[in-house]
Order: sequence, then C-alpha cells, then structure tokens
Amino acid sequence: MIPATFDYVRAGSVDEVIGLLGEHGDDAKLLAGGHSLLPLMKLRLAQPALLVDIGRLRELSYVTEEEDVIALGALTRHHDIATSPVTLSSVPLLAHVAGQIGDLQVRHRGTIGGSICHGDPASDLAAVLLALGATFVAQGPNGRREIDAQDFFVSFFEVALRSDELLVEIRVPRPLDARWGFEKLTKRAQDWAIVGAVAVRSRSGVGVGLINLGPVPLRSSAVEAAVVAGSNAAEAAAFAAEGTEPSADFNGSVAYRQHVARVLVRRALEKAGV
Amino acid sequence: MSILGNRVLRREDPKFLTVGGTYVADLALPGSVHVTFVRSSMAHARIVSVDSTYAQAMPGVLAVYTNDDLGLPKFPTIMGMTNEAMTPPMLASGTVRYVGEPIAAIVAESREIAEDALEQVVVEYEPLKVVIDPVKARTDEDLLFPDAGTNTSFSLDFGGDETLFDDCEVVVELTLANQRVAPCPLEVRSAAAHMSEDGRLEFNSSTQAPHGVRDALATFLDLEPDQVHVVTPDVGGGFGAKGAVYPEDIVVGWCAQKLGRPVRWTETRSESMLGLGHGRAQVQHVRIGGTREGAVLAYRIEVLQDTGAYAGFGAVLPFMTRMMTSGPYKIPRAECASYSVVTNSTPTTAYRGAGRPEATAAIERIMDLFAREIDMDPAELRRRNLIEKDDFPYTTPVDTVYDVGDYHRALDLALEVAGYDDLRAEQVRRRTAGDVRQLGIGLSCYVEITNGLPDGEFGAVEVRPDGKVIVRTGTSPHGQGHVTAWSMLVAEQLGVAIEDIEVIHGDTDVVPRGAGTMGSRSLQVGGAAVNQAAVDVVEKAKDLAADLFEADRDDIVLDKANGRFHVVGTPALSRSWAELAEAAAKDGTALFAEVDLASPGPTYPFGTHISVVEVDTETGKVNVLRHIAVDDAGRIISPLLAEGQVHGGIAQGVAQALLEEVVYDLDGNPLTSTLADYSFISAAELPSYETRFTETPTPVNALGAKGIGESGTIGSTPAVHNAVCDAVAHLGVRHIDMPTTPVRVWSAINDAVTGHGTAKGGR
Repeated sequence: MIPATFDYVRAGSVDEVIGLLGEHGDDAKLLAGGHSLLPLMKLRLAQPALLVDIGRLRELSYVTEEEDVIALGALTRHHDIATSPVTLSSVPLLAHVAGQIGDLQVRHRGTIGGSICHGDPASDLAAVLLALGATFVAQGPNGRREIDAQDFFVSFFEVALRSDELLVEIRVPRPLDARWGFEKLTKRAQDWAIVGAVAVRSRSGVGVGLINLGPVPLRSSAVEAAVVAGSNAAEAAAFAAEGTEPSADFNGSVAYRQHVARVLVRRALEKAGV
Repeated sequence: MSILGNRVLRREDPKFLTVGGTYVADLALPGSVHVTFVRSSMAHARIVSVDSTYAQAMPGVLAVYTNDDLGLPKFPTIMGMTNEAMTPPMLASGTVRYVGEPIAAIVAESREIAEDALEQVVVEYEPLKVVIDPVKARTDEDLLFPDAGTNTSFSLDFGGDETLFDDCEVVVELTLANQRVAPCPLEVRSAAAHMSEDGRLEFNSSTQAPHGVRDALATFLDLEPDQVHVVTPDVGGGFGAKGAVYPEDIVVGWCAQKLGRPVRWTETRSESMLGLGHGRAQVQHVRIGGTREGAVLAYRIEVLQDTGAYAGFGAVLPFMTRMMTSGPYKIPRAECASYSVVTNSTPTTAYRGAGRPEATAAIERIMDLFAREIDMDPAELRRRNLIEKDDFPYTTPVDTVYDVGDYHRALDLALEVAGYDDLRAEQVRRRTAGDVRQLGIGLSCYVEITNGLPDGEFGAVEVRPDGKVIVRTGTSPHGQGHVTAWSMLVAEQLGVAIEDIEVIHGDTDVVPRGAGTMGSRSLQVGGAAVNQAAVDVVEKAKDLAADLFEADRDDIVLDKANGRFHVVGTPALSRSWAELAEAAAKDGTALFAEVDLASPGPTYPFGTHISVVEVDTETGKVNVLRHIAVDDAGRIISPLLAEGQVHGGIAQGVAQALLEEVVYDLDGNPLTSTLADYSFISAAELPSYETRFTETPTPVNALGAKGIGESGTIGSTPAVHNAVCDAVAHLGVRHIDMPTTPVRVWSAINDAVTGHGTAKGGR
C-alpha cells in the first residue's frame, strides 16, 4: 500500500505535458484526480517512473455550451458535471450519471478525462458517452485531433491515445428532445456496476451503452437497430447480450450478467420512452 | 435527580470531531525504525529457502529476521483446550499455511525502504496440497499438521440422543453457512516499542486488552510484567479481533530489545485483510422437530467451525455457540456437537458476537422453515415457543442458566412498531399482483450471553485536593464511550460534575490490572467496579467528615445535589469533596478507593428484530426498507451509548446478511483483500433504524445492566436473512445462504422457477 519510488513533475501547461510525454513515453503517467491510478500504484500494480501531475491545469476544467455541442474540459470533476447548469439543462443524463459515481469524495477528485482514459469497462461515464455519440479531442505535438467515442476504447484498459497525446476535451452532441434511462446494478452504492445500461432516445436517434459487459465499454448496436426497426423495449432488450463478453467472478457468472443486461436495458429503454 | 438513564453527550467526541484522535501510528517516536513483514503468497507450501541477501544489502535496511533468528516459542493453546500441534509460531517455521502468513521481518530506517525491501526477499516454495473447504478438512484426507494426524483442533461432542426426534410429527433439516467475514476496524493493527533508559520495554499497541499485551510480551521476551509498560492511545475499533495478541506485536517488541532503537509497525489495509483474525466461518447442520400445532420439541445443531490455519480463539468459538443452542425458546430437548478444523486460510478469532450470532442465525433460520412447513405465521410460532417471563432463572437443555427476561414483551413491541399485520397485507398484495419488487418480512428473536468469560475487573476512584476526580479502569475502550459512561456512574455516586471527572484507561503503569474490553463485559464488570470504588470512596469521605465535624459517623450526609457533606439537620455547615481530600492529604493519605471486583457472572440480553426488505426479483438485488430493533440489556445507564452500540451492531449485522464474505479460490488465494472487493457496508445501504429498549434489570450485578455491544449484530443478521428468504419463498425458494448478494438471490429464484432445486448461488 506504499507506491514504488517515482519522479514527480507538476505541469504548468498543456504544451509542457505534451513535451514531457514525448520525452518519457510510456515511463510517464498522467495524474489527474488520481482515483484510478493511485490505488494501482499503492498496490504496486502500476509503477510509473514519472508522474506528470496535470491537476492544476485549470484551463482544462469547464463545461460550455456551443451551438450543437456541449464541450467538457478533460479535467472537469464529476461533481462539477453533476451540478453544472449546462449539463443539468442540456444533458441531464450526464449530470445524473456523474452524480452517482463512487461517493462524494471520489466525485470531488475524479475527472471525466481521467475516467475515460483509464479505459475501464466498468466506467459509467464511458458507456454514457458512447450512447450519446461523443467525440474526444486529443492534443499531441502536431496539434489536435478528434476521436469518435466508438473508436476510442481499444481493449482492456487500453485507449486510442498515442503515448505523446493528452485528452483535452469531450464533445457531446446536444441531444434534442431526449428521453433517457440509466440503470446500474451494484452491491453497494459506491461500487462499480456489476452490470449497467444506459439508453438515450432523441430526435437524432437512439443510443444504448453497456457497462461492464466485456473488455471495453460497449455500445449496443443490436438493441439500437431493433429500436429503430420499431421493436418495443422488451423486444429490443432481448438483443442486449449480443456481442457481449462479460467476465465471471463471485459477483456473477457470464449468464447472470447477460441476463441482468437484458433486464437493465429494457428498464432503461422504457424510461427513455421506447 | 439521577444522571443515569439520561442522554449525556459523549465526552470523547469533541476531540474526535475537531482535531481527531491520536492513534499508535500518530505517536511521535524520534529515531524510530520501521518493521514490515514478508508474507506468504502461497496458501500451503514448504519453505525451501528465504533469500534476503539483496534486501539486506539495500541502503537503510538494518536487518531481516526469520523465525530461526528470533528463537521464540510458539503461541500456547487456548486454555489447554485446542490441539497443541496447531498453535502458531511467531513467524512461519518450515511451512506456510495461509496467504499472508508472516515469514520474515524487515527492519529499515523508513517505512518506504522497508516496503521496497519486501520485493527483494526471495522465498522459494514447494507447494503442498491446499485445504480450503472445512468439510473437506474434516475428512483428514490432506493434513495441515501431519504430526497431529488430524485437522480437528477442538471438538465438543457429548454424544447424541438417538430418540431426540421420535415423538415429532414434523422434522425439518437444513445445512447452512455462516460465512467467514473480516472485522475491518478503521484503524488497522499497529505497534510501537522502545527500551526506556531504565531498561523497561515501552510498548504502544492498538489493542482491546493492554494488560494482555503486557503479559504476553513479558512471557515471550522473558521479562517481568513490571518491566513492560503498555500504553494504548486512541484505538479505532477492534470488534473482538484486537482482543488477541498477534505474532507481529511480539516481533516488534523483540526488535526493540534486539536493536536498542525505537521500532514501529503499522500494517496496510491489504495486510490487515489477511492478517487480522477473521470471524464466524461455520458450516451448520440443524434439525428441528415438533407438532403441527407449533410446539417445538427437539433441536440439534452440528457445527463445523473453520479455525483457519492455526488454532487460536476461533477454534473455541463453538463453545459459545453451544451455550446458546436453544436460543430464546423453551425446547424440551436440544443438543449441540461441534468440530473445529484447520484450513489454509487466515486464522479465525472473536468477531462481534463471537459464537453467539452463529447460534442465533441457525435456530432463527430453521424456525422460519418449520413455520412454513406447518403453515404457521413465523411470529406466531415464535410466540408459542418463547420462554415465559415466569420461567427465570431458566436452565436450558445444554445447562446454560438464563438470568431474567421478558421475551414476549420484546416480540410484541417489535410487531407493534413494525405494523406487522399491515406489512403482511402489503406482501400479499404484491404477491398477488406479481410485482417485480417483492416484500420480505423477517423476524429474529434472540438471547445471547454477555460477560461470558470469568475475569473480574479493576476500578479506582480518587478525589484530589483540587476537587478533580480521577477514575482508573481496567477496561480498554476503543469507541465504546467508557469515559462518558464511567463519568456518569461516578457523578451519580459522588454528586460531582462530569467535567470534574477524568477517566484513565489503557496504561498498565497507572492501571495495575485489567482484562480489557470484549464480550460485552465492560459495563457490567468494569463499570460495576468503578461504581463500587465510587461507593467506597464516599464511605471513606464520610469517615473523614465525621472527624472534621466531630460528629457521629452515621449522621454524616452527602448532599449529591452539590457534592457537599454535612451533619444531618445542619446543611448550612458543610464540607466539599476538595476540602475532605485536602484533609486527607494533611493526614498524609489520599481520598481514594480501589476495587478488584470478581465477575458477578454472565447476563443474557435479548430482544426481537424485524427487517423489511424489498427484493428485485429480476436482478436479485435486496434493498432494506426498514429495520426495527427491540433490545433489552437490562437497566440502560446511557441511552445514547446503548443506541450507538445497537446502531453499529445492526450495520455490521445487515452487512453479513447481505454483503460481506471473505472469499478464497480453491488454491487458497484470497479474492477479497481490498475494500473494493470486500463489501464493507456504508450508510447508503442502510435505512434509518427504529430502535426501542425494554428494560428488565438483571439481578446478577449491582447495576442491573447487561451488555449491549453485540446484541445489534446478533439480532439483526437473522432478521435480514429471513426477510430476504421470505420475500421469495412464494416463488419456491427454500433457503439462500448468506451473504444474499444479487447473484445468489437471482440464482435461487431462477433455480426454483426452472425446477433446478435449491441454489447455493453464484460462484
């Protein structure tokens, strides 16, 4: 529970961060809220040689509204997303989900960018951003590029950022006249979901995200297609386990998790007005 | 007007709520070095070699010690009852028997260096067959201690009456698990030691029993007890598991002696999950029989207790289970047999209730099944079988003598507070409608034993010339609030303000003797000793006052409203406590009294808990809607503290019913060694409790009080467990083992609905 020795740099700017990443490559890890990284370091499962603390980069903490998009700085803390007037009025789903992550202390430290870049399949936010069709903005030595959420989660705890890139912004297309449902099954309020599901239905379409049902956060195209084809919630939810590969542990077998996925997707779809 | 029975605020709290407590790890110890322990990564293996060459060469590492270096004896048996071959060595000797077992101690200049050095010690293992299932252990197929020739560490079996159930119309049987749980005090184990200039061992410990730690250190380190000085600063919880002395404590003392430098050790949470003793861990087979009209005639329980890798206190827990075999019921014939077996897991020990919750869980679960079998309401079945209030003192079939109780009153009050009939009506409505969320109502009538061990306790009261009252106690509070409660007792006897009373505990130089705080004993023995000392000091003060007033001793009156003494009829001429203490000082004495109170004997708190839960039948998730607790711990001295004990107890009890379980895989690897994996409960999972006390004073001790520290845990777990099973009983589910996690509940429903029989849940 005491990390191995590491060097520490507190970054003063995004450019400095990118420079440090270029210099140190995979030996460096970014420290944002620290709520995923520090426990791994304490258990010595992660032993980075250099920690680049980006927590003071205030310019990356914001929630702003553009014409068709809600833009969130990568270092915006969960609590701020849960309570921002912008999210509450334009994407209340995001505020709702951010307000249920971990516990109050976690929400005051953890950041949306940190959560996404960790690539944890049990991340609530990742599934929600998939369902909302978000894009992620990465900045590297050659400038910025946008990555579709669908392409961002590569494999188990691995995302599409290059080793010299920093996630700077999350862009969520404003859902028009959206109805939504978010369901997660946990043993305790503060736990990661055993299984979770999110559904959004708006004028621009339907999005369904799945939590903890495979090595990466998932978007359920099978369920979405069923809804688009006119299925009701129960009919569409029957496809919820399609393409999922949940792991088995003492919190549930594969069959149990897939069953719960169907139940929660149905409930989320019903809440979303399907 | 008496202060007793009033909601006096905790005197301890302002500090905890502002600057915080001072725990062992907070103590300044200049120049101290740090100990960490190399722990086994294998559940069962022969140690081929321990290579510490690299670690010893690291800058800042002072030494790496193995068991051979220490040359210390093994721990003794528990009161001569446990198998001698199975007691733990100080550090692993030749064989490791559980993951987390200490193999070597590293001493380094800093904790960080010591942690780094851990990774540089290479232990070569030769794997042995792992025994993790106690049922398998009992077969003796693979042995943890080949020299012992058995895995059984302790047993209680007086033979059985083969005719026990002969006249029963109905007999119901069940095998159930009372799962292994981790006590999880917020403060982990910690110790600090140094040699004083006069050659004494100064030792700080996070313990429930400072005198026990002193005596163990003296024994192992070959010192006289008065050469060891143990001080416990604030202790952040123990729940029974810090009642024992651990090998690490002794090694810390040994290192201080050996190196002549201050030494400290604080385990990490991950270590604590493996090193601090675990609780419960029984497999039970129960059988109950009676008439179709609901008269229970016979009951038998067989206990298989998982001792863990070595036979410590966990091995003898069934002793307490056996004492409470028949619970609060008047059952003509009842038997208990128990077998404790070693397995390749963390040793078990006392945990909040220690043997009694297991007894209650067994009989309360089978009472529900019996009620169902004869189609009787479970509350009615209990009412028909509870011991009547005129039956006390009541001797049970296993010869336990219950002191006093009014069990029906507690049941009736709980049903009334719950609105039982309305709840059943709502349950019928939901069942009829086929709701996804079904309602479950669970009852638990319990009786338990407190102050079950024979120890007496030390108490002393001294009034100083400055008017301050110094109270010394042999109990060792670690959250209970003895400073408040003992102050109330002394204020009541002396008529002084609580603010003028100082309570000292946990310092073996200042308090000469003490058994500590465990087993819900403190108030009824330790509090009673302090109370007696206060009574004695009043008598001494009256002697002094008689001299000063030149009056007859019998005419001296203590006016408790203002804490002054006068001669009867002349209150205007009076002397204060301070003046009398001053007079004593002038005589070259002090105004004080010391008491070594022999234990007045055990007492038996009782009550009824009712839990109301909602089960999501599609996911198996349980939500506790209400918890009603009616507890009777005799006379309640401090309602606020008593309620606090009940509240904390319910939280831990609900946690066992729903969430907590220490899980090992078949190779003995722990799967729950962090608080992310081990489902320690939080406020978010609990409703606001509805608590009531009935007060049936016990004749056993002068205070009329019984223990209340463990009742909440004992009463709540079966109520919640029964409620969960009740919620899905109509779907064909007979039983679900604890913890009733979502996957287990859903699997049970699914198996019942699809006709796959009773499910054990989702491994």
